[in-house]
Amino acid sequence: MRKLLLSSIVVIIAIVYIGRLSYLQVWNPPTGNLLDDTAIKAIYDYPERGYIYDRNGQLLVANQPAYDVMVIPKDVKALDTLEFCKLLNISKEDFIEKYRKARVYSPRLPSVFVPQLSKGEYALLQEKMRKYEGFYIQKRSLRYYAESTAANVLGYISEVNERDLKKHTYYQSGELIGRQGVEEQYEEVLRGRKGVKFIQKDRFNRVIGPYKNGSYDTLPIQGNDIHLTLDRDLQMYGEQLMVNKRGGIVALDPKTGEILSLVSAPTYDPALLVGRQRSRNYTKLYYDSIANPTFDRGLLAMYSPGSPFKTLNALIALEEEVVNEHTTFTCYHGYRYGRSSFMGCHCNSGARNNMNRGIYESCNSYFANVYRRVIEKYPSPAEGINKWSDHIKSFGLGNYLDYDLPTGKRGRVPGEGEYNRKYGEKRWFATNTISNAIGQGEILTTPIQLANITAAIANRGWYIKPHILKKVGKRDTIAKKYTEKHFTTISPEHFEPVIQGMYDVYNKGTAKWIQVPGIKIAGKTGTVENFTRINGERAQLTDHSIFVAFAPIEDPKIAIAVFVENGYWGNRWAGRIAGLMIEKYIKGEISRKDMEDYVLNGSLEEEYAKPLSGKSFRINDGKDFISINGEKPTIEDER
Amino acid sequence: MSAKLIQKIDWLSILLYFSLVIIGWLNIYSTTLTDENTSVFNLTLPYGKQLFFIGLSVFLIILVLSVEAKFYERFSSIIYLVSLVFLLGLFVFGKNVNGATSWYAIGGMTLQPSEFAKAATALALAKYLSDIQTSINRLKDQLRALLIIAIPALLIIPQPDPGSALVYASFFFVLYREGLSPLYLFIGLVAILLFVATLIFQSAWVAFGSFAIVLLVFIVKKRRNKRTSVLPYLITLIAAIGFSYSVSFIYNNVFEQRHRDRFGLWLRLEKDPQKLDEIRKTIGYNTFQSESAIGSGGFFGKGYLEGTRTKGDFVPEQHTDFIFSTVGEEWGFAGSTLVVLLFSILLLRLLFLAERQKSQFSRIYGYSVASILFFHFAINIGMVIGLLPTVGIPLPFFSYGGSGLWGFTILLFIFLKLDANRINEWL
Repeated sequence: MRKLLLSSIVVIIAIVYIGRLSYLQVWNPPTGNLLDDTAIKAIYDYPERGYIYDRNGQLLVANQPAYDVMVIPKDVKALDTLEFCKLLNISKEDFIEKYRKARVYSPRLPSVFVPQLSKGEYALLQEKMRKYEGFYIQKRSLRYYAESTAANVLGYISEVNERDLKKHTYYQSGELIGRQGVEEQYEEVLRGRKGVKFIQKDRFNRVIGPYKNGSYDTLPIQGNDIHLTLDRDLQMYGEQLMVNKRGGIVALDPKTGEILSLVSAPTYDPALLVGRQRSRNYTKLYYDSIANPTFDRGLLAMYSPGSPFKTLNALIALEEEVVNEHTTFTCYHGYRYGRSSFMGCHCNSGARNNMNRGIYESCNSYFANVYRRVIEKYPSPAEGINKWSDHIKSFGLGNYLDYDLPTGKRGRVPGEGEYNRKYGEKRWFATNTISNAIGQGEILTTPIQLANITAAIANRGWYIKPHILKKVGKRDTIAKKYTEKHFTTISPEHFEPVIQGMYDVYNKGTAKWIQVPGIKIAGKTGTVENFTRINGERAQLTDHSIFVAFAPIEDPKIAIAVFVENGYWGNRWAGRIAGLMIEKYIKGEISRKDMEDYVLNGSLEEEYAKPLSGKSFRINDGKDFISINGEKPTIEDER
Repeated sequence: MSAKLIQKIDWLSILLYFSLVIIGWLNIYSTTLTDENTSVFNLTLPYGKQLFFIGLSVFLIILVLSVEAKFYERFSSIIYLVSLVFLLGLFVFGKNVNGATSWYAIGGMTLQPSEFAKAATALALAKYLSDIQTSINRLKDQLRALLIIAIPALLIIPQPDPGSALVYASFFFVLYREGLSPLYLFIGLVAILLFVATLIFQSAWVAFGSFAIVLLVFIVKKRRNKRTSVLPYLITLIAAIGFSYSVSFIYNNVFEQRHRDRFGLWLRLEKDPQKLDEIRKTIGYNTFQSESAIGSGGFFGKGYLEGTRTKGDFVPEQHTDFIFSTVGEEWGFAGSTLVVLLFSILLLRLLFLAERQKSQFSRIYGYSVASILFFHFAINIGMVIGLLPTVGIPLPFFSYGGSGLWGFTILLFIFLKLDANRINEWL
């Protein structure tokens, strides 16, 4: 026993120590991630972010150098604080506070003292910088916007937050990431890949040399330039037209689904979200809950589509063979259904309307009849409404259009379920849903959806999903889903009478005063009732002005949807804007200067102020003050 | 150096010795390597110096083996006295390095007499215990043996070098082997247990626990033997409780905060994460850094000369007391286990050799060698892997330092010489 004691202890200690070693080295093995090693520091080399161009190669977004003043607190020597503060344009208190923060962060490591100097400040400071030991200037790259346009489409970049860090392992704290619009959607394409150098540090965080002679280091991969489908001039023109109005313009190339312009009004200067004032400006924009400039109305605003929706009902009726283009219905200055329900119409009482006239006169009675026939073709209204909504959905309504921008809304297409919930199963009839006939009621669409319908009509029965990316770098690589045709449930031959009707909207209908010489346009006005709540009470506001169009009729190059909030008649604002946009795109110049002046000089700010004024107000007033060849249109002409 | 010696000497121990010395030097090289590509013989850098020390060790080995084996027994008292004189001399001529006056400076070199005093003490103790007139079970002789051990330790403590002094406790194993009553062993063990228990729990709980255990033992004994007296149990209990309370008092009132922190870290007493973080940055910094360096090695290590924390000097004193963390980082679990095994095999081998000695002197000396090496090995590696509190003693044959290497070399090879001579003794 005495002989064995120490030997036993030696064996026990060996076992215990090997156990401890296996716990330290095998149980909790190192992660293998170099960044978890406190002795290794990664230094990143950020590639330049890709530029953004429009469809014609015009520059939209580039980069500009910015200069941060950095500080390493332990290297700072006594300095002329007052002069330094003056150069940096900060107060002495600021200086003390910033210096304290930098010290708290680390006395040895650099921290940003004053971020993003302007070029002027930089020029002034640069010469004197050597006087201030411990401070130095570090160059960074910021976004530069060639034109103040398309802020909603382009998006912006900002520092990653906690959520981004959790979601993407690529980013480190303090790095930049694209937000909203194209910057967010094509972040990885634009960003490239940062290069990394691993540096061996000692315990004082000093650099000793490269880690393993740089064998783990990677070179940065340049970001790619991208070309958008956007037409810069058209986009800027659209934004100009929408000044002092609220709403959206979406213009598509119907043959390709390319988004030619995506205007949201009011908009803002994208340069506001760059540089030192970014955060302050963003807060200001974001919390402007009245004008809501960060809300992309082209993609997110859901409106009742109004009369343009009638064209779909006409197509469905033809497809369902419940009418033909010669079928007529009599309008009694409106349409009576049920015992006491009446849908007003501006047609003269007793007018007998066929499809053509129904469209260009935008006769509510006509479409109420047509819609009712569609629904009542089937044994139950539930089946009818489901069939109807299938047709509607084949135009891309009621769902995201799967375009390559990060925001969107589904809109709404009512089906059987919706009415069952509202009225109870089998307790409703076609007449309960009659407002679908004229695009009011339950149905909701976003401007881009409406533009897509128009493109599908222009193509006589198919559309390609709208998209914003034209090419990456020099390669013309477009995702396959943006080259595939999506066919609607309507046969091609049914489109002609409807397109003829839309053409006659310009010839003899609601848009005859806003014709564009030399271009054959098919269009449709919409004047949409809308409501808000004022102090909790439902109040009606002036109607939204809506217009959809495509041109030229035979070989469509542009399909457009315009929404102007509270603009009243469809042709008053939206119609004019659509015409101007089409002319601008097809001819490159404007011949209807009168129309242009009207829109550019017109403002709806007064209209928007009404519900906020706290006073009672009139809606749907305001005169149109246009005249053509000395002839003034009457209110009747305007509808 | 005769052919007989070459035939008789224990080559396994020599092999293990050189393996450890070489592996040790390779790790010192990795730890103290600088960017400039200098020669390994560069005498301004630790690895160059250590190579020089190793060269001198070989010379010392030859010297130690050449001396007649009887010399060590005969002159043990004188060697012991000389080493005491050198330890005493430190109070006058000692050179202060890193706050401890443990060195003599001779020319450009420093010598640490405490490293040699261990071998001297082992010789003296072996000589005294092997004396035919000494009986380990006599209190007087016990006290004399204790004196032989305690004098050098008491001279080393005020240098201050408590770590080296602590090593003298290893002679306890020797005394036990030579017949010291197991009661001492039992008392020592209980004292350690009570000490740790007092720190982890409260004295009141320890008192309660002691009471329960003593009562239990008493009841069992009483059943077997009706005449068992209650008195010894009562005394034991009072002693245990008194010990616990005095530990508590000393810990809280005599110890300084840094000592308390050290124990707090060791026994995981500190639960507040913020304070724990604080301790990791101050008193526990070395342990924390060495643990993470070892942990970062994984199973196969980062590769020789590839240890990032070693290169970055994250572990303080890495080439001396914390050299084992370099092994852990660069050679991983495989390498560090190998080193632990090499030491264990060497120790078991030495114990085996000691047991086969016919001469009592050789046996006691051999046992002392194994005990001293074991203490260094267990305390050093235990500290580096975070199982024991930080005590500054080197890892034998491994850590950087001439005196240490020479001290251990002499210690070991005197025994190997005695062992190689074992047949002659009875001729």
